[in-house]
Parts: sequence; C-alpha cells; structure tokens
Amino acid sequence: MSDTCKFKIDGKEIIAKKGQTILEAAKENGVFIPTLCNFTGVKPKGSCRICSVKINDRFMTSCTTPVAAGMEVESNTEEISDLRKSIIELLFVSGNHFCPSCEKSGNCELQALGYRYQMMVPRFPYSFDKKNVVATGPKLLKDQDRCIKCQRCMKTIKDDEGKRYYAFKNRGRDLEVVMDEEMSKTITDELAKEAMENCPVGSIIYKGVGFSEPIGTRKYDKQPIGSLIETN
Amino acid sequence: MSKKIIATTSLAGCFGCHMSILDIDERILDLVELVEFNKSPIDDIKVFTKQCDIGIIEGGCCNSENIEVLKYFRENCDILISLGECAIMGGLPAMRNGIPIEECLHEAYLDGPTVKLNTQKILPNDSELPMLLNEVYPCHEIVKIDYFLPGCAPRADLIWDALVALITGNEMDLPYEVVKFD
Amino acid sequence: MKEKIKAILEKYQIDATRLIDILHEVMDEFGFISAETITLLSNDLRISEAQVKETISFYHFFSDKPRAKYNVFLNNSITSCLRGFEHVKEAFEIESGVKFGNVSEDGLIGLYVTSCIGMNDQGPAAIINDKIFTNLTPYRAKEIIKGIKQGKKVEELIYEANGDGNNAHPLMNTMIINNIRRKSLLLDDNYEKFEVTKNLISKYSPQEIIQIVEESNLRGRGGAGFPTGLKWKFGSKMPGEHRVIICNADEGEPGTFKDRVILTQYNDLVFEGMVIAAYATAADMGVLYLRYEYRYMLEFLNSQLDYMRNNNLLGNSINGIKDFNFDIRIQLGAGAYICGEESALIESMEGKRGEPRDKPPFPVERGYLNYPTIVNNVETLASAVRIIKNGAEWYKTFGTSDSLGTKLLSVSGDCRFPGIYEVEWGVSIKEVLDMAGAENVQAVQVGGPSGTLVNVQDKENHSKTDLMKWYKPSGMMASRKAYDRKISYSDMATGGSIIIFNKSRDILHDVVMNFMDFFIEESCGSCSTCRNLPYIMKQKLLKIINGHGVREDIDDLLNWGKIIKVSRCGLGQTAANPILSSILNFRHLYEEHVKAMTDYDNQFELADSVSAANSFVGRKFIHHNS
Repeated sequence: MSDTCKFKIDGKEIIAKKGQTILEAAKENGVFIPTLCNFTGVKPKGSCRICSVKINDRFMTSCTTPVAAGMEVESNTEEISDLRKSIIELLFVSGNHFCPSCEKSGNCELQALGYRYQMMVPRFPYSFDKKNVVATGPKLLKDQDRCIKCQRCMKTIKDDEGKRYYAFKNRGRDLEVVMDEEMSKTITDELAKEAMENCPVGSIIYKGVGFSEPIGTRKYDKQPIGSLIETN
Repeated sequence: MSKKIIATTSLAGCFGCHMSILDIDERILDLVELVEFNKSPIDDIKVFTKQCDIGIIEGGCCNSENIEVLKYFRENCDILISLGECAIMGGLPAMRNGIPIEECLHEAYLDGPTVKLNTQKILPNDSELPMLLNEVYPCHEIVKIDYFLPGCAPRADLIWDALVALITGNEMDLPYEVVKFD
Repeated sequence: MKEKIKAILEKYQIDATRLIDILHEVMDEFGFISAETITLLSNDLRISEAQVKETISFYHFFSDKPRAKYNVFLNNSITSCLRGFEHVKEAFEIESGVKFGNVSEDGLIGLYVTSCIGMNDQGPAAIINDKIFTNLTPYRAKEIIKGIKQGKKVEELIYEANGDGNNAHPLMNTMIINNIRRKSLLLDDNYEKFEVTKNLISKYSPQEIIQIVEESNLRGRGGAGFPTGLKWKFGSKMPGEHRVIICNADEGEPGTFKDRVILTQYNDLVFEGMVIAAYATAADMGVLYLRYEYRYMLEFLNSQLDYMRNNNLLGNSINGIKDFNFDIRIQLGAGAYICGEESALIESMEGKRGEPRDKPPFPVERGYLNYPTIVNNVETLASAVRIIKNGAEWYKTFGTSDSLGTKLLSVSGDCRFPGIYEVEWGVSIKEVLDMAGAENVQAVQVGGPSGTLVNVQDKENHSKTDLMKWYKPSGMMASRKAYDRKISYSDMATGGSIIIFNKSRDILHDVVMNFMDFFIEESCGSCSTCRNLPYIMKQKLLKIINGHGVREDIDDLLNWGKIIKVSRCGLGQTAANPILSSILNFRHLYEEHVKAMTDYDNQFELADSVSAANSFVGRKFIHHNS
C-alpha cells in the first residue's frame, strides 16, 4: 500500500502523505492557506476558522482535517476568500488593534493577512471594548486589546512539568487569555522571548527592547504573508 | 476633461496624512493639472465655494466640531474618502475609547503629571470650545464614506494611485507595499 | 481547610480529570473557590493556577468569589419572559435590595440570572440553593426574600405541595410537576422494570442487539438524528482498553424539558438503555452527565443506581452474564449549555472547559480519556429498551417511513396545556397546536433558538431571494403551508422543543433578541466567529428595532449569518438562526422597521454623545449648526 495519496485543491493536484492534514499537504505543495491559530509542532485546534475550506459543500478547517484520496477541496474561491477576509475583519473590530502604536506592526500575522486580503475597512462596527494590559510580571506584558485568542501561547509555553503559563479565562465574548501570575514571576528569559515570538499578534510583549526593526525591513513590509510557501 | 474639485480636512488627526499628500513630491505638479482644490488647509480656503467632486477626510471624530465639519463635507462633496487610520478606525485618539470620558478629563486637566500649572483646576468649558464626544468615532460611523485609504500615514503612492484612478476612472492596481496600517 | 481540600482531592485520586467533581465539593464545603484553594489544587493536581481558574471561570455555577448564603438563580429563557420574568426579577431586587449579578453586603442573598433550567412549562422558575421554585410571581418572589431574611431554611420557603409522581419521592421533594399530556410507547407505564436486562438480553448476542436497533432505524433524539445502531456498531468495533457509554442528560436547549420528565418517571429505562448499549458494544464504563440545573434529582437517581447494583443489574457479571461488567456514575455538570454537545460534554467530564473538539476524530473513535465513547441522548436510550423488548418490526408500526417511532415534544409558551407530548413522528405543526390548546398563534419556534421560527400564518413558508439559497434549515420544503409542516427527519427534525407565540408577542424585540442573548451568553468563545458575531448581529438587530435600520442592514444580517456557519460546533453554526430564521419567515417585520427613504443611518445623536463630557465640565449642549 502506498503511503501517499492524491487529492485536489481548487483543481490543482496535491500529493500528500497519508495522515497529513489538508493544510500540511497544501503547504508542501506550494498552496497557501491562511492560518492564525495553527502552530507547527502542536496539535491544531481549529479555533480561528480562517483556514476553512469547502469539501463536498461543507466547511472544514484544513488544519484539523486529514487528507483523503480523491477529495476535492475548494480554498481560493471568491466565497472562501471573502469569508477569510470577514474573519480577519471580525478579529480587528473585536479587539483594539491600533497598528501604528503596536510593536509587532510589520511582523504581525493578523495585520499581514489584512494586507493580503486587502482589508481597507472592516465591514463590522468597531467594538472599542475596554480591555486591560497586565504588565506586572518582570519579563512579559499581556495586552488584551490585541489578543485574538489563538491559544498558541497556551499550547507552546509550558514548564518542565507541562504546566501552562497561559490559560483561558471566562467564556464567550468575555474570553481572555491570561498569564499565570505566579509562574510569570519566574519565567526564563528564553521562554519569555519564545512567548512573544509565538504570539501571532502583539499581545505578548517582551519587556526591555522595542521597535528594534526599522520600517521597511520587517517581515511583511515587502512580501505578503504566504509568499514563501508559494515560491517553494 | 474638466478639472475635478477636491476638498480636504483634518479632524481628530495629526496632519500626518496631509503631509503624506504633499509627499507625492514632483507629482504635485501633475496633480495640479488634474484637480482644483477648494476648501482645504492646503490653500486655506475656509468654506466651500462650490460643490466638490472629492472630499478627503483625515482624522476621526472626537468632538462636536469634527461632526459638524464632517457633515459639512458630506453635504458638499460627491465622494468622501477616509484617509488614514484615524479616519478609518479612530486611530490613536480612539485609544481613549472604553475609558469613561470623566476619567480622561480628570487625567488631562486635574490629576495628570503635566497639569501642575492648572492650579485653579479649570476645565475646558468655554462655550466657544467644541464639546467632547463620549468616544472617538470612525468617520463612516457618522456619515457615509465611499472609499478608504489606510495607513499611518497612508503612503504617498497609495494616495496618488487612488486619486488618479478616481479622477481618470481607471482601475486601481495597488502594489503590495502601499497598503499598510502603520 | 488544608485537610478538607486534601480529603476532597484524595476522594478523586488527585486526578485533574476529575476537576469538575473536585470543584463541586469545594463549592459545597466553602461556598466558593478561594485563591488559597486554587493554589492548593494547582500544587497537588500539577496544573497551573491559571488552568484551575480556566475551568472555574467557564461554568456558571462555580465562583472564585464568595457567593451568598442563599443564591437565587432566576431563569431568563423566553417562556419565562412571556410569563412575567421582568416583574419577578424586579420583585426580587426590590425586596432584597440587591441587584441581579450581586451578593448583598451581609452575604445573605445573591441574585443571578441563568439560562434555561428546563422548567419552561412552569416558569418563571428559579433555583435557590439547588431547590427548584416554579411558577414564580412577584408576590412569591417577595415572600421568598422575606423568608430568607427571617432566617428560614430553603425547605421552609416552599410555597407549593410536592409535584406529581416521583417529584414527591422523599429524595426529590420538589414542587415540580411532570405535565405529561400524551403518552405512547415510551411513556407507557405498563411494563416490568429492568425486564429486558433480566430476561432478554442474554438471548441475543451483542451483534444481534445492534442489528435490532439498526433495523428499528432509531435515531438520536437529542436533535441531530444520527442513527443509533450505526453509532453502537462503530463504537463496538473501535479498539480500546475501555469503552464508554455516556448518557447525555445535559438538555439545555431552551424550551426542552423532556429529559427532566424521563429522568423523573422513567429513569430505569434510561439506565437500562445504558446497560443494553454497554452489552451491545462491550463497554465497561457508564456515565450519566446530568446538567447542574437538575441536581435536585441527583440523590434520587443515585438511589436507583444503588438498587441496580444491589440487584446485579450493574456491576460485575450483570445478571449472571459472564464478563459483562458495567457500572454507571453520575457526572454533574456545572452550568454550560455547550456541554450538551457531545465532545464538549466529554471535555467537561475530563475536568476542562466545555469546548467542543474538532472532528474527526469522533467520540466513537476517541472520546472520554481517549477511549471509544458512545454518547446517547436520554430519550434515545429509553427508546432502545422498548425496541429490544418489542422488536424492530413493532417499532416500525409507529411514525412515518422516514422517521420511525415516537418523539417527546416539550411544548411551552402561549398555550393552555404546556407539557410533554409523546407523538408519533410525522405529526404536523397544526396538530401539535391543537393538542396544546393554542389559539391566536403567530409563530412557533421548533427546535429551540437554534431551530426554526415557523410563521403559521404564512401561505408560502419562505421568501425566495437569492440570498436565501445557502440557508437551508433542516429539510426546508418549498411552498408548503407552514401549518402543515411535519415533525420528521425529512421536514423538521428537532430535539423536541416547541415554543408557541401568540399574536400579542413582539417577535423581534421579545423573541429574537432573547434568543440572541442566549447564544451570546452560552458561546464557549473558542471560534472567532461564534465568539464575536452573535453580539455584532444583535447590535444590528437592535439598530433596526430602534428605527435606525436601512434596507442594507437586513442584507448585512443575512450575509453575516453565513460567516458563522464555519464555526466548529452546532451551537456556533446555528447561533445566527434566530435572526436568519426570522428574516426568512417574518421578513415583513424587518421591512416595517427599516427606513425606506434613506440608505444610510448611523444612529449617532450628538446631544447624547456629548452629554457625559458636558456634565463633567459643567456646560450645556448647544447646537452649533442651527
């Protein structure tokens, strides 16, 4: 039995390893599917929904759905592109994303997706909810204005015992990702930097340095997000 | 082709977007061939003297005067463009949204570290002053806005490309580098 | 205190997957979960304090702040609102001097609103220290508060005699009434309890049991309608060290209360159904997930389980069948509608937030603690017992060709006889309304807020705009009179919630807004879509109701409702249904509200917007423009 299988994304033939997710296979085949909550190396959760694709007229998240031989996946259609754009807009209006004052600007994945999908203005009204910034820990601050609840910090930043530094609090619209107060006091420098690195937006900020990269040289200043995948 | 008439204003903004308009450099000479400016800080015309084709709005609305000017623009311009982050989403002034206005005024005039000179604790209540809004509004939440050009400030190339497309009626094909939110 | 926490932890083998049970015990012991407790739990369970708080803050009935000696959880579901919720709420507040959401200064009274508690046929109802108080009126609310202030015990606050049937059982002692209005094969009292386990199952092989259930075409009665036999078959074939049968008794869909009645009167059938499912699939672990709102039944249900254990109907070698070992424990929920979704329910059972899982894998593949897990609804399991007893052929004589058997409908709202109706599948909306004694009907909500709002006056039951093409409520039939639509899998499949609204009701303001609030309150928040969109859409609806809507707003609602369909679970996917369904079937109500002559309205009022700043600096509003 062969350990690869073939399927199609928007008519393009994709060769995938069995057990791969649609997203992984797409990436290896030079097809970009946008993601926010997905993070290489950890179990996907499918919570941002931005990688949604259509299979048999049903929406599935490509980060969690395993490939199957012969499946026909719709991804870059007008309908799905607009859907993804609307999710980006939802995340913008439900947080307080003041890009001009954000340290992650230029390296932010949400912003980069806004560029890629040419978001000029969100279709939804801004919420301007009051959110807090917790900066009591010695190394990191957590800015709830910018958090998109992707869970990447929750899944990747853990201590040796597997205890999580970050966890959810509340539910629904009141949902927040908060840092464990006790653990934040003793987080290592390395892990703190990793936490900031893993955050797709500017919600986790490492204290001490800031705005070190000039405009023009940042990750998404010149190249759209996903370019690396597409040129592979 | 008759020249298009353009008006511009800065509401709750920093004039950075206007600086960016000037940043089109020598193309400003071409622009003058294409358009005529009416009410605008660029030529210092204070009131509309005729109906305009395009109104360019910088800044969001933080006080009653902004609302008034914006509505004035809507009445006198066929097309309105929100230029820059403040016009589009309130921008930095909107960082006060979510904080009660009383608290903002307290911080600005009574308690803040820079209010030492306000020994008599005077609050801005002269009837000539614009009244503060409870929060800063994006322009399109006050009047209908037709186009949006993001950036802080929007890149000069974006402004140029967009204006030329609008004036000539050609399709706009924006290079990746010009659409930015910062 | 430390000793007590230690004892609680040891009772659950210091197992973090039992966190829900541990937190319940802490709540019972101390009234709330203190910071000190959280530290202790975190240290011993080897999870961070933030992780403990993550679970606590998800559930309505856990609190990390002190709650009161008497905690009133008043239900705000639509049927409660139709019968005077606001007045009752006001009475509670006036008499106690406490606003809802708060605890009185002396710590005596806490007032909270809570989503549907399964008492729609006798609302407004409240849970006070786990006791249920039904048919509340402002007078009764005041009497309750007076009693509390006089130092009465909760039992002494009761104002009605015990209800009928097992509601009067000494372990229940509740004023709840069953309101069974129509009985058929399931709610049939003429049977011998546990007869199937005692006399029948040993005659069949597990495969034969599955085959009978498959032949009967029994489908999940929770609403989704997945074929039960197939689920059992999948489950039985999955390899696993253990196999788990879960009975989902977390009915939370507003307007549903059938499981309450089944568990009160026919819980033997439910438990027996679990035993049969276990026999068919060689499962050894059984869990009944009981919603917290039904905690008043807990002791009573446990006594039934004890009876079963004492009579070899649970435990090892059940009824002498070699190697048939199966026991059932009851897992108490903690107040979260989403836990009715099977994978969220499993997460909750593992001590976590009730967040639905991605599928695949499905619970039958990897469920509770990663074991193959079969989750069945209360009614499904009870039906299975009847099927095994009487055979698939017999079962097929009930219902219609595509929907066999019977369905329990929970009927509430504007009708003379709210209650439980066991009907054969295929019954029409009109017949249901006649049975319930409903007159002057304007609308019927079938399937709860996530279902369909049927316009019974409509000749053609939906408009045919292009925007509607993608929106397909279950089996929407074209051009059929709404009145004749049938409760069946091919027309309107439902978990059985039927809420009736008469012509005096304001559909948009009273009904749709209430349903949207419900979804906003009950979203787990995981998906970006369901976390944010219902609120945004509700604000838009409010704009329309307030007379600031324009035609484009209706289109926006339809388009935005489409986005939410990419959410992970059924709650998220259907969270816009109250709006979508009402636009579909009551579009004229929207059209009446929107302004015809303008395409733009921002609902901005300068005078309102400057009032706070003006009053702070001490100046009057002047209209500069005039």
